Amino acid sequence: MSKVLVIAEHLNGKLNSSTARCVTCARDLKPDAIDVLVLADAPDAIAAEAAKIDGVSKVFTMANAANTHALAAIAAPQIAAVAKNGYTHVFAPSTTFGKDVAPRVAALLGVAQVSDIMKVIDAHTFQRPIYAGNAIITVQAPADQTLVATVRTASYAAAANGANTAPIAALDISAELPTHTRFVELAQGKSDRPDLQSASRVVSGGRGVGSAENFAIIFKLADKLGAAVGASRAAVDAGYVPSDLQVGQTGKIIAPELYMAIGISGAIQHLTGIKDAGTIVAINKDGEAPIFEVADFGLVGDLFKLIPELEQALN
Amino acid sequence: MKILVAYKRVVDFNVRVQVKPDGSGVVTEGVKLSANPFDDIALEEALRLREKGVATEVIVATIGPADAQAHLRNGLAMGANRAIHVVTPNAIQPLTAARTLLKLVEKEQPQIVILGKQAIDDDANQTGQMLAALWNRPQATFASKVEIGNGVAKVTREVDAGLETIEVDLPAVITTDLRLNEPRFIKLPDIMKAKSKPMETIDFASPGVESGDHLKTTAYAPPAKRSKGVMVKDAAELVAALKTKGLL
Repeated sequence: MSKVLVIAEHLNGKLNSSTARCVTCARDLKPDAIDVLVLADAPDAIAAEAAKIDGVSKVFTMANAANTHALAAIAAPQIAAVAKNGYTHVFAPSTTFGKDVAPRVAALLGVAQVSDIMKVIDAHTFQRPIYAGNAIITVQAPADQTLVATVRTASYAAAANGANTAPIAALDISAELPTHTRFVELAQGKSDRPDLQSASRVVSGGRGVGSAENFAIIFKLADKLGAAVGASRAAVDAGYVPSDLQVGQTGKIIAPELYMAIGISGAIQHLTGIKDAGTIVAINKDGEAPIFEVADFGLVGDLFKLIPELEQALN
Repeated sequence: MKILVAYKRVVDFNVRVQVKPDGSGVVTEGVKLSANPFDDIALEEALRLREKGVATEVIVATIGPADAQAHLRNGLAMGANRAIHVVTPNAIQPLTAARTLLKLVEKEQPQIVILGKQAIDDDANQTGQMLAALWNRPQATFASKVEIGNGVAKVTREVDAGLETIEVDLPAVITTDLRLNEPRFIKLPDIMKAKSKPMETIDFASPGVESGDHLKTTAYAPPAKRSKGVMVKDAAELVAALKTKGLL
């Protein structure tokens, strides 16, 4: 008898696909209900999107000006208050949003959290990665307390969206909200490219690209493929691209259908971020690079010669 | 102002961790152990705040087995004023760690607690947030820039959408991301100096922490391996192969 509360992630009035991925994971519990909670200043449009996700039973909204920006210290007491309405599980995506807020909810409830669920064994048993994915553990959570968990979004496809019409209800739960945490600004990389975390194609560059200027070659190829752009930690550390493009253990964990690693040697911390990709293509001048151990297609050579050739072949 | 830095000992980041053949755990015998790299960044940030005159004292604290002191000595050699070692017979989980740190917070009354955003062993990414909740104070996680002034921390955070800046009233919990700073190297004379710095040992049982170790790990397995694919000879062959798979 499980009842799951999924915390919706949204930005600029749009629901993030991580929410539908959490719903997919929640369905594996075979629960009696999957409800989605939307905290926002104006939640209606976001809630309407959430109500369409297959498998969602009900959508609850908490409209409050304090919820304009997702601040964990403000969201957590509201989530904890709703969780007490008989929920056995509280799920959030393992994105920076979910990682920030979920442990705060767990601590308020005095319960443990399972981070990065990659597989559901049963309602209280899960698999998750540790040591940058070098080991997969099976963890058992107690059945007599609410379980808070984050869902490794790359392990789950987004639940289909369209046929469902889950009822939407506004909640009015009085939780005392702190004023000690204030949003100042969000500097978003301006890009018309697909979002790295949900793109079906990703082209990533590494140290081998050599400079910020040279990264133009990666962006150009990505645009030709309609792909998002990613990078290895080495490329970010070297200042070629901003940190929100980093793929790997401490960056984004992604699962595109096609992943192209260009000038990336393939450290384990990077590989852990792409192990669920459908097809991995590696282009590197070092034929011994570890990236070739996991690549479905490998091409050894100078990327500055090979990428223009690749673009030509794509024409 | 005091800053408390949580400083966990983990398997060194250069070690390729292996699962034991019987699935009972990972191999840690004879493996190099070091401070969690994110915690080194936390300590470095605390030291910089002291050097700027914002803080007066930096305390490094660890919760771990009796022999987990070498990394604390390194933390002292890096520049922390003193160390606290809460000795636990067994590994503890994040909720217990947060409850234990809260006891230290109540005793030391720091204005800022800095932790790594995650430890590279369990990759849980929970303890800082849990501590902030239990302490009923703000959290600024995944920090890439920290400015302190007038009782407020202005923190830039690495979030999926870009860089978010928030303001939190002190006291507060900050967790560090990779690019907050580059930790300093330890100099030999500092290692000598660290030997005379105070290290307080507290038995885990004495502060009376309620265990939050609710999770049971029942199996360890190596990750599923991706099978090695094929090498193509040129760009044209690659495009043809991707087209055959329906990817282009």
